[in-house]
Amino acid sequence: MLHCAQHDKQVKFRLLHKKIATSGWGLYPLVAASVQRARYLSDLSRAAATPILPQGNCRSYGDACLYERVVSTLPLKHLLDFDPQRGLLRAQAGITFAEIIRFALPQGFFPPVTPGTKFPTLGGCIAADVHGKNHHAEGSIAAFVESLDMVLADGSLVRCSRNECADLFWATLGGMGLTGFIYAATLRLKKVPSAYIRQRAIKTANWAETYRVCTETQHEYTYSVAWIDGLQTGRRLGRGHVLLGEHADERELKGKPPFAIHGDGRWAVPFFLPGGVLNAKSLKMFNALYYHRQVRRETNALVHYDPYFYPLDAIRDWNRLYGRRGFLQYQIAVPYADGAEVIADLLGRIARQRVASPLAVLKTFGPPSEGLLSFPIAGYTLALDIPLRDAGTITFLRELNKAIVEAKGRVYLAKDAILEREDFAAMYPQLDQFKAVKRKYDPECRFRSCLSDRLGIT
Amino acid sequence: MGAKSAIAQAIVERLDGYDFALAARGCSELEPFAADLRLRNSCEVELFEFDALDFGALARLPQQVHERGGPFDLVVLAFGYLGDEHAAQRDTDALAHILNANFTGAAIALAHLANYLEERGAPTGIIAISSVAGDRGRQGNYAYGSAKGGLSIFLQGLRNRLAATSVHVLTVKPGFVDTPMTEGLDGLFLVAPPERVAADIVRAYRQKKDVLYTPFFWRWIMLVIKSIPERIFKRLKL
Repeated sequence: MLHCAQHDKQVKFRLLHKKIATSGWGLYPLVAASVQRARYLSDLSRAAATPILPQGNCRSYGDACLYERVVSTLPLKHLLDFDPQRGLLRAQAGITFAEIIRFALPQGFFPPVTPGTKFPTLGGCIAADVHGKNHHAEGSIAAFVESLDMVLADGSLVRCSRNECADLFWATLGGMGLTGFIYAATLRLKKVPSAYIRQRAIKTANWAETYRVCTETQHEYTYSVAWIDGLQTGRRLGRGHVLLGEHADERELKGKPPFAIHGDGRWAVPFFLPGGVLNAKSLKMFNALYYHRQVRRETNALVHYDPYFYPLDAIRDWNRLYGRRGFLQYQIAVPYADGAEVIADLLGRIARQRVASPLAVLKTFGPPSEGLLSFPIAGYTLALDIPLRDAGTITFLRELNKAIVEAKGRVYLAKDAILEREDFAAMYPQLDQFKAVKRKYDPECRFRSCLSDRLGIT
Repeated sequence: MGAKSAIAQAIVERLDGYDFALAARGCSELEPFAADLRLRNSCEVELFEFDALDFGALARLPQQVHERGGPFDLVVLAFGYLGDEHAAQRDTDALAHILNANFTGAAIALAHLANYLEERGAPTGIIAISSVAGDRGRQGNYAYGSAKGGLSIFLQGLRNRLAATSVHVLTVKPGFVDTPMTEGLDGLFLVAPPERVAADIVRAYRQKKDVLYTPFFWRWIMLVIKSIPERIFKRLKL
């Protein structure tokens, strides 16, 4: 029996163990961990005395949120202050985006950057310097974080921002929780006219068209992303839907309540699907259905933010669809130069290997943030779910990593479980700077994770 | 009282339309919780320093709350101290601590608050968290269990006395709840999240129930445990 480290309200009853098997959202790897919960600031200061990892809601996919000793920040979920004039929200790190939206949207505010699920915590999103469908236009979450209140390895509480302790600030944004505990953060929220998105969807026939439509349209839209059928080869390689979006005005709503909040997910996956059910054949069928669902080349629709930004949140525990062995999510970014060819090559290799999943997502990135280990670089990013079948899957992805290194690209640490040290060092040239800042604020290297041990950061 | 308890906080989050007086030991740590309540519920929240072992100070609590926050009409008693049962077998100071925190302090606080509410004359209520551990003495937790059992009986009597008035008394007997009190303990089963327990409590209070087992199946579990003859029970290792 697997006990996830999540303490969602949905979990009805839980056996308490001193050590529980923890995993990220990909259910791989599993790590036996003792989980302490931090309820007050003082709990963080005490916990910093020994090797430890801050943990949020375990929505990163691989081993970034795992370690043998973790402190869950989920009880630190309180709003501390809100300035409706400037949209500045100060909150504790353990609050989820779902809760931020529940509070802020009725007042006309929304998270300025949001990942594809509303269940990660604020602290986790800062640690991964997350991006959303608007990265090409508005950047990653780093652009909207005003300041961080951190508990460092010596137990002290320190505020950092672009002006105070800037080195700590830029090491923490994207720093995967390795610089200290984020106790609270001040985030600049975005004023939105409604809870709805005006969506334009364009069906594309192949990679050349997907690429062209993405590149041509993105400057006109705040939100832009493409879903790609990752199982097609040959002339259909890279076919998909480009989804563009803009916040809808109240005038367009036709009487809908302008700031309607998301409900609870309607569907749940109550058990693990047997490993082989999602195979190349069934997924190809699924993808074909999904692709042809939209008959016309172009459609326009008014979509609520919940299905628009968080389609998978509607199905609780969807990660169980890949079976007990779990899955890897593989997300890479490559620079614009040669990026289109690199992605086309990657899509072809993955389709031929028949390892991919329904979800291949492509989007463009704008300029990077200053976060030393931040993932986004100007260029293209591609994300795929890869069900774990055998060791061959991992070997195959490690080979792909070599191609990414060559293309001066990188792998997203929040999704990674298999990257090797030398490839990591080649992908993140500011690693030495990061290590130097970490040494300064955490000389005994107390903040560590399975990921940081694996990649040689700690 | 005992506003740091996870159950108390979950109850507070479920009570719309109230202003709150949060009493706890080291109450300044509740400032973030209070800030959150003020922002989300647009309510007023005051913090009070409170120690169940400081029997003398308990008399002043109703008046302090009344002076700073105005008249109040619902009291939630949620503090509890599990202590170290094993230590309490040898160390009577540890034993006294468990008994005083869970019974004597609770009873004295309730006595003052019940008098205040009775004098107000308005429809008011008391929710007090006892425990299923108070239903039968077991070798594993009879210090805690006897104090909670005493509290349950105190509440029975209080309910009887106040039945003719407009003060309602709800005794809550939770089973294992996933809170700081139970964190890291061995041998627990069917551990319920505090949110679920709090939802049960608020519903039971609105329905004017007298005794609530939460989650519901603990009523049946305890019925079985209470019905085992003592001759057999004394040999069991439950």
